[in-house]
Amino acid sequence: MSEKIKVAIIGPGNIGTDLMYKIKRSKNMELAYMIGIYESEGIARAKAEGINTTTKGLEDVIDIDDIKIFFDCTGAKGHLHHAPLLKEKGKIAIDLTPAAVGPYVVPAVNMDDDMLKQVNVNMVTCAGQATIPVVAAINEVADVEYVEIVSSVSSKSAGPGTRQNIDEFTVTSKTALEQVAGADKAKVIIVLNPAEPPINMRNTIYTIVKNPDFPKIKEAVENMVEKIKVYVPGYSILLGPIIDGNKVTTMIEVEGLGDFLPVYAGNLDIINCAAVQVGEAYAAKLLEVK
Amino acid sequence: MMSRIYITDTTLRDGSHSVSHQYTLKDVERIAGALEEAGVDIVELGHGDGLTGSTINYGFAPYDDFEYIKAGASVLNKSKLAVLLLPGIGTVNDLKKAKECGAKVVRVATHITEADISEQHIKAAKDMGFFTVGFLMMAHGAPKEKLLEQALLMESYGADVVYVTDSAGALLPNEVYERVKLLKDNLKVPIGHHAHNNLGVAVANSLAAIDAGATYIDGSLIGLGAGAGNTPTEMLVAVLKKMNIETNADLYKTIDAGDDVLIPIIKEKGKELPRFTSDSLIIGYAGVYSSFMLHARNAAEKFGVDVRDILVELGRRKAVGGQEDWIIEVAYELSKAK
Repeated sequence: MSEKIKVAIIGPGNIGTDLMYKIKRSKNMELAYMIGIYESEGIARAKAEGINTTTKGLEDVIDIDDIKIFFDCTGAKGHLHHAPLLKEKGKIAIDLTPAAVGPYVVPAVNMDDDMLKQVNVNMVTCAGQATIPVVAAINEVADVEYVEIVSSVSSKSAGPGTRQNIDEFTVTSKTALEQVAGADKAKVIIVLNPAEPPINMRNTIYTIVKNPDFPKIKEAVENMVEKIKVYVPGYSILLGPIIDGNKVTTMIEVEGLGDFLPVYAGNLDIINCAAVQVGEAYAAKLLEVK
Repeated sequence: MMSRIYITDTTLRDGSHSVSHQYTLKDVERIAGALEEAGVDIVELGHGDGLTGSTINYGFAPYDDFEYIKAGASVLNKSKLAVLLLPGIGTVNDLKKAKECGAKVVRVATHITEADISEQHIKAAKDMGFFTVGFLMMAHGAPKEKLLEQALLMESYGADVVYVTDSAGALLPNEVYERVKLLKDNLKVPIGHHAHNNLGVAVANSLAAIDAGATYIDGSLIGLGAGAGNTPTEMLVAVLKKMNIETNADLYKTIDAGDDVLIPIIKEKGKELPRFTSDSLIIGYAGVYSSFMLHARNAAEKFGVDVRDILVELGRRKAVGGQEDWIIEVAYELSKAK
């Protein structure tokens, strides 16, 4: 068996549990610990999968030398507490919370050598992971003046964290669309839909571009979708891109892998798929160094 | 003697859909001024989809929300200036700016099943000193027990009033009555009702709501609003007068506001006066968000499909308010299936 880098998940909730199943398939990472703060369903599931667990929080395992990477699936407050501890011990933090201590990382767009020198990176939001690559691709060939995304997710897949902080969700996604995708200005709308059976996550991406060269835009978007599919198999174009003057409309859908969360929760799946992809890159780098 | 009724006029907000969000600042000053003169309690204004609703998805307005609010605030004195906020579109930060520009009332609107996304906004609004209304949209879209559960949530966050908002104009008078009554019996705060006239029962629904105990009722001048429009404010004032129900509004002045101020503005813009059409009828019948109507007409024309097919399909998919982008997708799919 080839060598792997040991990693841990902080926060055994829905996201953390789904992430556990994904990391178990990893090429470069071995899940060494699931970290919680009380006995929970997530801790029980991790035990059942043969993963070491603790209910005494990060402090209990931070000194284990060979755990190099920590995925934080708690909340903004949790990560603000964890980030300095991890930094002090020289650990890599992949932050799935809205805390945004480190820079935003979107694997298909900006996961380069410089990014991998960071000790703390933030996974933006699910809408950010779903839309930033397409906008970045369009921006590259057509220069995006304005982008507007409408992200529809099923009510069932929006947890209490999102619901109580919906402003953080829209504002973080907007900021990342401007900083990472390169749009001059962004607007983000999120809509929760309670229809049964639950809808798959879908995103409408409207861009206003300076150079409406349609064949180039179409090719750039299609190439980008192939790049995303490598780590998010359920990602697909629902419509477009279609062009109307200088307005380009693209709709994409994300069907989850159904590891732990249901397939309609593509919004939760994509942020986990992206986090695993980032983890793989860090782990590969660590393995090279060895 | 029945309780006093507080009238919220939404000509400048829901009516904004009917003019494709093309009010000028002068229009706002004139219409708001006429409503102040008429004695309407609350004047709601801004983009039809609430603060920062001016977008590709919902249609751009020529001015931003804050310019409209300032224009309204310059003429409103006794009447309170209200804004609409849809969590997921607008933010607490936008609300702060609205407050600085002179807004006094905010209506925080969510889909009937999603009240918990309004917690941060309702609490923040209360802290800022807003009179805060919880606005549960698409009230036909879930059983009344669900409506009650969600209304109680909004009340627990601090809402001063909770509304049964029939965004699709799909409810019948008996259905409005039983929903309002259930809320009235279980909430401590006053209950409101917002009607659309898609099935021709907006005034009847408003009366059913009052009968069940609602004390806040929405109207708009000549009924200008999404779909077939809202309860006409002047008609509401006339009917309440006949019923000896007290309001602060003056009948003739309300009528004059519609005739002398609003109608010339709509005609000048080349827009239609509110009336029922086969499209608005289908919206009420299929239970679709009323402001989808004009967007669906545009998409039908662009993709060469029947607007009614688009609307019925959106009803079947249970699209909620804010999902105007689905209209394009449905129209595109229908055109491919042809």
